[in-house]
Parts: sequence; structure tokens; C-alpha cells
Amino acid sequence: MGLVTPDIGLIFWMVLSFTILVFVLKKYAWKPILTALHTRETAIENALNRAEEAKQEMLTLQAGNENILKQAVLEREKIVREAREMRENIIAEAKKTAHDESVRMKKNALEEIEHQKLLAIKEMHDAVATLSVDIAEKVLKDILADSTTQKTLVDKYVKDLKFN
Amino acid sequence: MKKLLLYLLTLFVFTTVKANAEVASDTVQTKKVDVGHLILSHVNDAYEWHIITIGSHHISIPLPVILFDSNHNLVVFMSSELHHGETMYGKFKISEDKKYEGKIVEVIPDGSEVRPWDFSITKNVLSLFIGILLIISIFIAVGKRYTSNTLKAPKGVQSWIEPIILFIKNDIALPSIGEKRHGQFLPYLLTLFFFILINNLLGLIPVFPGGANLTGNIAVTMVLALITFVITSVKGTKSYWLHLVNTPGVPWWLKFPIPLMPFVEILGVFIKPIVLMVRLFANITAGHIVALGFYSLIFVFGEKNIFAGYGVSVISVTFTIFMGLLELLVAFIQAYVFTLLSALYFGMAMEESETH
Repeated sequence: MGLVTPDIGLIFWMVLSFTILVFVLKKYAWKPILTALHTRETAIENALNRAEEAKQEMLTLQAGNENILKQAVLEREKIVREAREMRENIIAEAKKTAHDESVRMKKNALEEIEHQKLLAIKEMHDAVATLSVDIAEKVLKDILADSTTQKTLVDKYVKDLKFN
Repeated sequence: MKKLLLYLLTLFVFTTVKANAEVASDTVQTKKVDVGHLILSHVNDAYEWHIITIGSHHISIPLPVILFDSNHNLVVFMSSELHHGETMYGKFKISEDKKYEGKIVEVIPDGSEVRPWDFSITKNVLSLFIGILLIISIFIAVGKRYTSNTLKAPKGVQSWIEPIILFIKNDIALPSIGEKRHGQFLPYLLTLFFFILINNLLGLIPVFPGGANLTGNIAVTMVLALITFVITSVKGTKSYWLHLVNTPGVPWWLKFPIPLMPFVEILGVFIKPIVLMVRLFANITAGHIVALGFYSLIFVFGEKNIFAGYGVSVISVTFTIFMGLLELLVAFIQAYVFTLLSALYFGMAMEESETH
């Protein structure tokens, strides 16, 4: 029966020391431990959340970068294309201008030539006339140098005049 | 892990030495092994902490005896004054009578024995103090580490204890009591678990700081069960008490005119803590008794024939090692079961009517 009869002494010491144990451990062990565990739990959760957020942010950033890159490529192509078009335009315009200029110059030259030709012809006419008079004069002088000739000529003129 | 195994093996070797010594002393004195008496005296409480007996010389730690005698006077003396129960101290002696066997009794003038109020620091009380000091020193050190290194990974003893604390919190308290209210019961449940576990393990160590059958003592388990009972009753909600008297979902003729169901329910309130008390007591005591029984077999056979004793010792040691490992498991299981059931009872007491 001794085995199953509780002793008052042991009950007393057990109640006393177990109660003290519960309160001592509550204050110095369970409170700090459970608080620390809770703090760590939330800290880990926050860290994980932040990591996830950072990952998302990085993904959006990456997508943005890609967009920018794509746009830059498009922009470059556009600029290059525009430059090429502009170059062609300029060349074509230059060609046209050159052509027009040459046509105009040719026309001017022709006109000038014509004009000069006319002038030259006129001058030639004058020169020819003068020369002819000079020549005639010289010839006349030579012919009329001896008096016989002069006499014949006058005779001839007089004869002509008579005939008229 | 290797270290732990080595330690366990050392323990069993010591158990052998100890049991040998105790049984040998009995054979020297009585020339006959009284197995029942031997085992019971080992499993029961004692006024001195017996270490070893060499020949007929007992080596034990004397412990203070604190008594209030029949005249309400305080009497304090060391248990060594009784010389292992062989002599009397004043009017006190260790009874050999069937009724108070092994306890200190006061012999009153008419010759009969009276049990005084006995608050002695017995073997179990000292073991209780040692266990509590051990628990306090471990957990205050761990608690300090948590305060100073809150966000660091657990280290050393902390990493042994943290999974157990989390297990009790998340797998015992939380599902049994519920998210909202489990916090207020956690200090008690954690203390309960580690108190039972560490004292169970101390009980498995056969040499001095351990070896007392503390958690296998009915007074200790009774106090633990009583605390659970008191908390359950104090924290019990209105619906908990109402459901005891008027259990919902039960046919009316079970409640009226003979209140059969209320009777069973109210009986259950008291049976629950009693079952808690008996389960822990019986499991731990049984473990001690079985281990001692195996060792006693050696001497029972040794009495018939010394070689039979040697032969049986091989089997006994093997079986005791097996039993010891089983007891190690039981130490954890019983701590777990006691804590789990306490948590379940708290959960039932805190239950609101809407959960039905």
C-alpha cells in the first residue's frame, strides 16, 4: 500500500517547488524565449517578403530596361533611315540643280554666241566696207598716178555719162 | 549521438553495479533474496540516499528529517541518527509494521505507532530539488541567449530545446486550445513537459544525482494532475459547465428522470486528472520494477546454483539494456502524453458554445 499512498511531505514540497519553478521559468525562460521566437518568426517572414518584393521590382526593372533597349534600337533604325532618305534627297536635289544650271548656262552661252556672232558680222561688214573704200582709194590713187590713165578713165566716165 | 550511446551504456553498467551491491547486501543479511521487498524498497521513497553497500557496511547520504510530533512540536534531525532504521531517535523510529512500513513513526506511551506530520527532505524531495535546479539552470541560460541573440540561429543546448518548445507550442497547445487562448497556458505546459521529461531521465540514471523514482511517485503525479484539474476548473467557461449538466446531442431520456449522462460527465471531470496521475505513476514505476526484476533474477538463480546465476546475468543484462532504451522512449512519451492531455482538457474547458 505504501506505493500508492501519497505522502503529505512530498506533496507539500512538490506543490511549493513546482509552483516556484513555474513562476521562475515563466519570468526568466518562457517569456524571453517565446518573445524571441515570435520576433525571429516575424523577422524571417519580413525578410522573405522583402526578398520577394525585391525580386518583383527587379523583374519590372528588367522589363523596363528591355523596353528602353527595344525603343533605342527602333529609334536608331529610324534615325538611320531618315539620314539615308535625307542623303538621297540632297543628292537628287543637287543633281537637279546642277542639271538646271548647266541647261541655263548652255542657253546663255548660245545666246551670247549668237549675239557676238551678230556683232562680229556687223563689225565685219563695217570692216569690209572700210577696207573696200581704202582699197578702192589705193587702187584709184595707183591708177590715177599717171596722167594717161587718168585721161582714159575720165574719158570713160564721160562716155558713160553720155550714154546715160 | 555516439556520445549519447556511450553515456547510456555507462549508465547500464552502473545499474548493474548498483543492483549487485544492493542485492548482495540483502543476501548477506538475510541469506535469502526477498525480491518483492528489495524492489519495493528501491521504488519507494527513503529517508536517506543509499549509494552502495560493501559487505554489511552501508554508504548513504543522510538527509534531514523534519517532523511535527503529536504535541505539535517541530523536530529536526538527520536521518543518520536512525542508523538505517536500526535504532530509535527519541520516540521516533522507522516502522516495520505493515501499516506504516518504511515510514518514520512516533511511538506513543501506550506502545502503538502514530504517524507524525512528516515534512522530511526525503530521497524524492532531494531529487525534486536537484531536478528543479537542473531545469532552472538550463532554461535561464537558454533564456539569456534568446534575449542577447534574438535573431541568431540557435546554438548548443538552445538547439536541442528549441524544436521541443516549438513542438509543444505548435503541435500541442495550438491545435488543442486554439490560436487565441493558447498563449496563457504555454508557460504551464512547457514547465510541465520539461519537468516530467527531465525527472524521468534523472530517474533512469542509477547513480547519485538520479535514480530516485520521483515521477513514479504517486504524490508527485497527484500534484501535477491536481494543478491541471484546478486550472481546468478555474478557466472553465459557462458553456463548459452547462454542457456537463446538460450535454447537447444526447437523447432526453438519458438526462431525465434519471440524470445518467450528467452523472457520467461530472464523474469524468474527476476521472480525467486521476487517469493522468495513475498513467505517469504506473508507467515510470513499472519501468523501474521491470529493470530491478531482471537483475533480481540473477540472484534468485544464483542462490540455487552460482553458475546458473552467471548464465542468467547475460540474459538479464541484455533485457535490461532493451528495457532501458524502452524506458528512454517512455520518458519522452509520458511527458508528451501528460502535456497533450492537459492541453486537451484546457481546450475543452475554454470551448465556446458555437463550436458545437
